[in-house]
Amino acid sequence: MSKLKIALLALVTGGAVAAFNAFATAPVPTTPAAMAATATPVPAVKKASNSTADHSKFKELQKNFKSGPEVTKACLTCHTEAAKQIQKTKHWTFEFINPETQQKLGKKHIINNFCTAVESNQKFCSACHVGYGWENEKFDFTAEDKVDCVVCHESTGTYRKIPGLSGHPTYKDMEFPAHSGKIVKAPDLAKVAQSVGKTSRANCGACHFYGGGGDAVKHGDLDSSLKDPARYLDVHMEKKGLNFSCGSCHMTSAHQVAGSRYAPTVVHGSKELLPPHMRGKVDGSNPASCQSCHGNKPHSVTMSKLNEHTDKIACQTCHIPEFARAQATKMSWDWSTAGQLTPEGKPISKKDSGGHNAYDSKKGDFTWEDHVIPDYIWFNGKVNYTLRETKLDPTQVIKINSFEGSPEDGKSLIWPVKIFHGKQPYDTVSNTLLVPHTFGDDDSSYWSNFDWEKSLEAGMKAANVPYSGKYGFVKTEMSWPITHMVAPKADALTCAQCHSKEGRLKNVKGIYMPGRGDNNKLLDTVGWAFALMTLIGVLLHGAIRIYAHKKGLGK
Amino acid sequence: MSEKIYVFKRFERLWHWSQASLIIFMLITGFEVHGSYHLFGFAKAVGMHTVAAWSLVGLWIFAIFWHATTGEWKQYIPTTDKVVAMMKFYSVGIFQNAPHPFKATALKKHNPLQRLAYLGVLLFIAPLLWFSGWFYIFFAQWNAWGIDKYVSLEWVAFFHTAGAFMMLIFLIAHLYLTTAGHTPTSHIKAMITGWEEV
Repeated sequence: MSKLKIALLALVTGGAVAAFNAFATAPVPTTPAAMAATATPVPAVKKASNSTADHSKFKELQKNFKSGPEVTKACLTCHTEAAKQIQKTKHWTFEFINPETQQKLGKKHIINNFCTAVESNQKFCSACHVGYGWENEKFDFTAEDKVDCVVCHESTGTYRKIPGLSGHPTYKDMEFPAHSGKIVKAPDLAKVAQSVGKTSRANCGACHFYGGGGDAVKHGDLDSSLKDPARYLDVHMEKKGLNFSCGSCHMTSAHQVAGSRYAPTVVHGSKELLPPHMRGKVDGSNPASCQSCHGNKPHSVTMSKLNEHTDKIACQTCHIPEFARAQATKMSWDWSTAGQLTPEGKPISKKDSGGHNAYDSKKGDFTWEDHVIPDYIWFNGKVNYTLRETKLDPTQVIKINSFEGSPEDGKSLIWPVKIFHGKQPYDTVSNTLLVPHTFGDDDSSYWSNFDWEKSLEAGMKAANVPYSGKYGFVKTEMSWPITHMVAPKADALTCAQCHSKEGRLKNVKGIYMPGRGDNNKLLDTVGWAFALMTLIGVLLHGAIRIYAHKKGLGK
Repeated sequence: MSEKIYVFKRFERLWHWSQASLIIFMLITGFEVHGSYHLFGFAKAVGMHTVAAWSLVGLWIFAIFWHATTGEWKQYIPTTDKVVAMMKFYSVGIFQNAPHPFKATALKKHNPLQRLAYLGVLLFIAPLLWFSGWFYIFFAQWNAWGIDKYVSLEWVAFFHTAGAFMMLIFLIAHLYLTTAGHTPTSHIKAMITGWEEV
């Protein structure tokens, strides 16, 4: 009989162990061996180049180049189609038509709540245009020698497009920023040209790390720390590890870079929707998504419960637990306080306790934060922008862009975003956003004259949009999807960070989450009340029994 | 001297006690997942609750087989015989040291109120928990099975929680009534040794 007992016990416990393996969700401690098995480190030693061409040996590049366009002409003697390809991209056109909403977007058209608008400020802004000489509407967008090849391909690190030079680098040593005492050296263009190769993180970062007017300002998940990130910051880009370039995910073809924040890709696990992009498959889907490498069920069998979350939660929600983890990012910008000057009429600047720019007469007040917990929203990939012509309700906070999504549409995921708060000029008569003329040596630019009236007049004139002449400041907010700086798995969110009463997703509506306090309150009240009454009932019953027994009733 | 009979067989006792531990454990972990308190932490509570649930499924497969093959399932056939007598005993007689109106035998081991209560647990509370629990566990498959339009996690959780409260209430009453046998410990001894004083 005891043998039978043991056999039965063994069967039950065996079943339990099997069930545990299949359904347990408790995180399994990561051993170094397991890490090595999943992420085989690529040898960290970077070869000088594994290209079949050494550009320093090219005759075409043994020249004393005087300007960027001269370099480009040399490039185009061999790369005959390169400029034509570039001219089709939004890096060149600064235009993007959203295929779903038909909204005309791109830097040329939108007004954001950072530096606001490009129009009338091209000399400055085209430091991030992949071209030379765009300073006003007369720029020839078909001129091939005006394409800047080296900004994306050089590897000396000496080439820098200076704001104010219309997309050119400086050709003589110059002081920049003005009156800063810092000297920017003119790059040796021949060396720059000979150093070209595949686009590196630093190349993309020359613009994308500095969006919004400085390092780490705009995105919160893109800044100069990604040039050489530690593993905790970016599990894919660590040099000793996978050492991804931006293009490893933003797989580029004919200079068209995959991925867009105007029309982001939300890969939903639902069976009716498109599966994630498969590398090499020609279907127009976006390779710059987590799922395109990791699939929709990326977690091991022992953590299969996590795979059941992929139709509701974007990978980024758990795997980018905080943004701005290396440097603080700007969280707000109030243009309405700009223009305070010293009694002598000089602009002022103040720093906050963290050493970040907190006030600048040219721009107004800023706040900065690091290790920021994102906001979480339902997002299905559709973004609507407030355009120049969009009528505003100035009593409300204006959403520069709004992310569409709902728990019911079957294609939204819970996604982390950075919400950037602004206050910026608008036309109080037509109730539309305004384009200020900020940069220029003329008598109307705001940064030279600190006069909003002239600045807005000039900006709107350049933008060729009517302006009533009356302005005010309106509160705005802009959302940025958080998708870069993926943390190692050990740093991913744990269950209770969302499945708890004050958890991360406490404001996300339309979904029942165990542990969040979504319980039916009436059921809870009735349930506990009945349980308590039962308990009191049996205790009373027992007490009377004991009492009756002691009194010897019935005996 | 009272008479002793062998009422609970070895497997029956093993089933009872493993089921009791699993149910108590699932009540503890389940109400933590529900958000009622913090004990093990959400992740652990979910993991252990799930393992316990599948273990109980395994146990039930054995138990159903055992009941079917031994004919012991007949123990749960409801009867009205002596129901009123039992109710009178629990509400009056028990305080007056009156004799227990039901005498257990190996063929009728449960008094008529027990029969009704256990039948309720076996046919209503447990299935309610099983089915809502399975819906819960297979949440991720709803879409693939095409049932996501008809089932919502909110309602699944509602029924599962309702079942859990019923089980909790049963447990409280059951624990107390184990002392209401021929002597206060006779039921408990029987469930441990198999032999009941009658």
